[in-house]
Amino acid sequence: MDWDWEYAIDSLPLLAEGILVTIELTVLGALLAYVLGLVFAMIRRVGVPVLSQFVYLFVEFIRSTPLLIQVFAFYYLLQPAIGVKLSPFLTGVIMLGVHYATYTSEVYRAGIEAIPKGQWEAARALSIPRGRVWTGVILPQAVPRVLPALGNYTISMFKETPLLLAIGVVDVLNSAKEAGAETFRVIEPYTLAGVFFLLVSYPASILVRKLERRVGTV
Amino acid sequence: MSSGLMSYVWEGLGNTLLLTVFGALLGLVFAFIAGLGRSSERTWVRGIAMVYTEIFRGFPSLVLLFALIFIVPTFGYQLNPLFAGILALALNIGAYAAEVVRGAVKAVPPGQIEAAIALNFTPWQRLRKVVLPQAVVAMIPPFTNNLIELLKATSLVSLVYISDLTFSAQLIRASTGETALVFFGLLVGYGVIALFFTAIMKLLERMAARSLGRTVPSGLFGRKEVAA
Repeated sequence: MDWDWEYAIDSLPLLAEGILVTIELTVLGALLAYVLGLVFAMIRRVGVPVLSQFVYLFVEFIRSTPLLIQVFAFYYLLQPAIGVKLSPFLTGVIMLGVHYATYTSEVYRAGIEAIPKGQWEAARALSIPRGRVWTGVILPQAVPRVLPALGNYTISMFKETPLLLAIGVVDVLNSAKEAGAETFRVIEPYTLAGVFFLLVSYPASILVRKLERRVGTV
Repeated sequence: MSSGLMSYVWEGLGNTLLLTVFGALLGLVFAFIAGLGRSSERTWVRGIAMVYTEIFRGFPSLVLLFALIFIVPTFGYQLNPLFAGILALALNIGAYAAEVVRGAVKAVPPGQIEAAIALNFTPWQRLRKVVLPQAVVAMIPPFTNNLIELLKATSLVSLVYISDLTFSAQLIRASTGETALVFFGLLVGYGVIALFFTAIMKLLERMAARSLGRTVPSGLFGRKEVAA
């Protein structure tokens, strides 16, 4: 089977729509993961009774089970159980965000633990209010150091988005699948989808490595 | 559940374990070749190893699976689906684990290598008797993470119609409508398998450390890798 340039170019508009969806999923999912991960890390650091233990178990459980099954469980089990019906896209964003929040929470935790104890003590000695200690002292020092690790997880999320085709999200791989199903030619759309992932994730990983050299790693 | 459905569960579980274990072994081979290749003195060896790790870390494993299952047959070859699954997962996880190998080899103190050179060890003896025994101990904790990632990634093969645990569960869900039971059991099942593999890796880590006269802190979750 030969490479057909004309067909490859014809399938581009369809793929472009999928590319847009993939990028939206990654960006929105990543934002959720950044925020939720920080919340998890702070709950565990502050040691909120019961909630803290619950977050620990939740993080361990989510991290050791496949995202695909969590997506299925959320879509087919949890949503009907609580009586809501979210679109596949929104389901994807939420599950990507929650799944990766368990990873980013570990990253934040390491970043927070890397702050010397003296900083906490000095903040208390100056009787800075508790909230202000986080926003004014701890986080401004911890967050820059965790940026490379967050970047790495964002790339991982980007590469996990195609599994959402299982619940019908039309991402770039699913677009390729559809293009292939119409014409029975699969080489061109799948190859283009693969090239797209490589074209985004390789430069992104180079950027993360540059950032790593500048701010160091946790 | 009837025995007919249970046989699906066993088949799926068997295939999931098969994919994980053989994916890990093949991935380990790729990881050592590429990881040691990246520490080579020859530029072309370093180059090939780098191209491998960069390309396969850049691809989603699902895209790789689709390529092996749906594109390769158009060239007239039909891979055994289970083998295609193992190969796709191994190529992907091997690229990640290659970075672990490289890092661990780099972390061996230079004095050790200088001492081996001073003792007139051949490069092969240096690698086998001095560098690797120390590096392997450092590799095991991050390898544990890689292994769990691999186990989780095996669920993707259900999307290309390979009958792993997830695929069997979907069949059972379709035929019985027991959505809650099936997904809950599936999540717990993967969690238990992950725990099982973590325990084995912890045992390996202790054995490797003991051979160097070191000890490892007890407990399953004693250490945690953070960076991706």
